Amino acid sequence: MISKKERHNLFVGLAFLAPALVFYLLYFVIPVPMSFFYSFFKWNGITPDKEFVGLKNWFLLFQDKVFWQSVMNNFILVIMSIIIQIPMGILLGSLVSSKIKGARIFKLLYFVPMTLSAVAIGLIWTFIYEPNFGVINTMLDTLGLSHLATGWLGDPDTAFGAVILTISWEYIPFYMILFAAAISSISKDLNEAAYIDGATETQVFFKITLPLISNTIKTSCVLVLTGSLKYFGLIFVMTEGGPSHSTELMATYMYKQSFTNFRMGYGSTIASFMFILSAVLTVVTLYVGGRKEEFKCGRKSLGSESLR
Amino acid sequence: MIFAIIWLVITLYPLVFMLMNSVKEPMEFFMGSPWTIPENPSFENYTNIWTMNFPYYLKNTFIVVAISLSILVITGSMGAYAISRLKFKYKNFFFALFIAGITIPIHITLVPVYTLTRQMGLYDTIWGLIGPYVGFNLPITIFILKNFMDDIPHSLEEAAKIDGATRWQMFWKIVFPLSAPAITAVTVYDMVILWNEFIFSLVLINSPENRTLTLGLWDFQGQFTADIPAMLAALFLSTLPLLVFYAITGEKLIKGMTAGAVKG
Repeated sequence: MISKKERHNLFVGLAFLAPALVFYLLYFVIPVPMSFFYSFFKWNGITPDKEFVGLKNWFLLFQDKVFWQSVMNNFILVIMSIIIQIPMGILLGSLVSSKIKGARIFKLLYFVPMTLSAVAIGLIWTFIYEPNFGVINTMLDTLGLSHLATGWLGDPDTAFGAVILTISWEYIPFYMILFAAAISSISKDLNEAAYIDGATETQVFFKITLPLISNTIKTSCVLVLTGSLKYFGLIFVMTEGGPSHSTELMATYMYKQSFTNFRMGYGSTIASFMFILSAVLTVVTLYVGGRKEEFKCGRKSLGSESLR
Repeated sequence: MIFAIIWLVITLYPLVFMLMNSVKEPMEFFMGSPWTIPENPSFENYTNIWTMNFPYYLKNTFIVVAISLSILVITGSMGAYAISRLKFKYKNFFFALFIAGITIPIHITLVPVYTLTRQMGLYDTIWGLIGPYVGFNLPITIFILKNFMDDIPHSLEEAAKIDGATRWQMFWKIVFPLSAPAITAVTVYDMVILWNEFIFSLVLINSPENRTLTLGLWDFQGQFTADIPAMLAALFLSTLPLLVFYAITGEKLIKGMTAGAVKG
């Protein structure tokens, strides 16, 4: 039995939460079980009649080669993003937080890609990779390297690499800012003491800077991991997952099954799988290794620190 | 320093190309090379784009983003206040519920939101976008605002309580104004995300006159496969508002965008 005061508190609390809860429940929370529910049906999404098929969609999913290729591509995307974006982020982050002339201007200009939409970036880069009039191939022609020219996005061997480079171009500035913040929070005395003791710049970087930003590196890896499940717009605009599914991600495959082929039941199955995967990944990163508190603190300091 | 300049070129050259080739006439573009500077720049591409659906796209995006942002800031700050300041049963449950939304891919919501929007009769209207736009940005909004409110001293509210202030007055007259830095950051972050949002508008909008900028752009690509300069002009026009906004706000925008670091 809850006391009168508790009931009053609960009422006030819910009154403040209610407006947000209405939107959040309706458009985010309830859709999750709904998607799982739809995954047991064959349904085109428009007509009211749904045919109950039990676990058929799930069996199909586990046998679907294209789906597994998209899972694999998501995995490759994570690995490549970590390999490319994080080191570049650290490099540029230390650059813009160093004392070079115009560091602030560099930082501001480097950040420009982050303000563009994934659609705009996708289209700009489609033009760069364009086979006949595109920037890269015309440059290769001028350099006399025409034999290297190819239809970058039309060739299954090069398409995914081309897309990954574009994604890196978009997100490196973001990690640059994270690392710049982490690096400039390192005490200057520490570096100076090391220099007085005769350390070289390389030594300072590997022995002082890198260990002190290791938390930011971990955070960045988590962000890459959870972010990769959400990549959609850029790939959809550039290749629509093609050619022959070489750039297919779970997100693009889910969209195409649901809204191009109108297999909403099967699309919901893919979405449900993505949900399970992201939930598992989140729980694993939060709890395994007992880093829960550290992770939370890292997040918190990151969030509020950047507001000051 | 050399590296700094090389990276600057890598960052800005795609944009320079876009700008340079958008003022070329089709003949000049297809006969020449994308690397050459336009001989006689013409703004015909831009005037053409403007007479097409482009003004609709701009207007739609502006309306949807403005309304969604207002709802987000009000509902988000109220929610954050409840979680940061009030003591009530199940509070931690609600907080966890919101935080869980940060890492979940929105694709899980697409089909149900699509059917819901159809049932509500909002399919293919810009109003149908507001619900999902608010819904999927609430977790990060509440997360950032709650963290900031946690650091605001309680003493002011306690003094106001002695003077007989209600909970609403404590929120609206004290904590909300004091949270201004976080509210600015969240607004900037949500604005960039919503201005550039694509997937919900792809799923929920059909008619050309109801499209948002990103969806319109994607459609221009289909129309202009043979006219790359016109496409580039449309691209530049659509990115211009945010570039201007960035030029004005500068580091504020960077701070806002990274305050939402969790979202990646």
